[in-house]
Amino acid sequence: MILNRSRAESYPLSRRDVVAQLLENRDDDLLVIAGLGAPAFDITLQGDTPLNFPLWGAMGGAVSIGLGLALAQPLRRVLVITGDGEALMGLGSLGTVAAQAPANLAIVVLDNERYGETGMQSTHTAMTVDLAAVAAACGIDRSITVRKQADMPAAVEAARKAPGPVFVDAKVRAEQLGMVLPPKEGTHLKDRFRQALLGPRAIS
Amino acid sequence: MNDTRTGAVDWAADIFDVLREQQVAQVAHVPDAGHSNLLKACEADNEMRVVPLSTEEEGMALLAGAWLGGQRGVMLMQSSGVGNCINMLSLTATCRFPLLMLVTMRGSFGEFNPWQVPMGQATPNVLREMGCLIFEVDEPARVRETVSAAAQMTFNGPAACAVLLSQRLIGAKSFAK
Repeated sequence: MILNRSRAESYPLSRRDVVAQLLENRDDDLLVIAGLGAPAFDITLQGDTPLNFPLWGAMGGAVSIGLGLALAQPLRRVLVITGDGEALMGLGSLGTVAAQAPANLAIVVLDNERYGETGMQSTHTAMTVDLAAVAAACGIDRSITVRKQADMPAAVEAARKAPGPVFVDAKVRAEQLGMVLPPKEGTHLKDRFRQALLGPRAIS
Repeated sequence: MNDTRTGAVDWAADIFDVLREQQVAQVAHVPDAGHSNLLKACEADNEMRVVPLSTEEEGMALLAGAWLGGQRGVMLMQSSGVGNCINMLSLTATCRFPLLMLVTMRGSFGEFNPWQVPMGQATPNVLREMGCLIFEVDEPARVRETVSAAAQMTFNGPAACAVLLSQRLIGAKSFAK
């Protein structure tokens, strides 16, 4: 049986508009981790910078990377932008985040209810799973779902400034957009991030 | 460290000392009985943040993030958890993140629970296949130097290093009533 789960094709929000608003006027205070696939392309479209850490693998790990970074850098804002498939693979890490309660960590899921890189197959969010409800049940009290542009200013405010941990499930249109490839050499991504963040201490 | 009454080596205290010397700030773990004393010491230390995980693969990612932010970490787990980490070790390998794993072994020596045996037996090979350096230790008096050597190679490499703490060292878990 093939499930017909086409509602996401008519969602009003487009993921690239969401990411553009999330990253508008960013400064060196903001550290961004992006899950593999479309989220990594979407942040790169807004400008590749050393303080972006786009993933090309490690599926299920984006939230945990953000947590480790947030605990290490409590004075910076850490923003994890990932997809619904990636988030589903690491659901347990939402509980780990809630237990640590980092005030400087926000997680935004670009939830198009699809596995975008493998043929747009439905994820669980196309069916029964409500990611913001999962995050709230894990103990992330500031968990919201956004569905339309009118919701976006509050979502951006939550992701960039509200006391964390913050979880935003952004319901975005299921659409295939062009790839905007970030660098993929892992040691380069790691070293440039550390040099930009830590200065000379990065190489010691 | 020797217990003054029994003369026995307190190898968990030795590991804690090494982690302090190495300025380990994040202690990620999925618990194991063999790590319980070490975990208590870490939880009591103000310089260490103990982070319980829901599955071991979170640890590779968490400690990658810690390193991006300038902190050192350690991963405490049992051998069955190594299997949960396999693909996430790609993150460690591709980016050359330092990773120090202290693995208490199950299924290797006098194991009561046969369900622990397959992963316990496969642990060293799986870790090697994913690019980790292996340090096996089964004598209490050699734990300190082994963990210290692994930690130095981890953070000076950077490298992924796994210390396998033998079931001979920990003692097989008793299911006796």
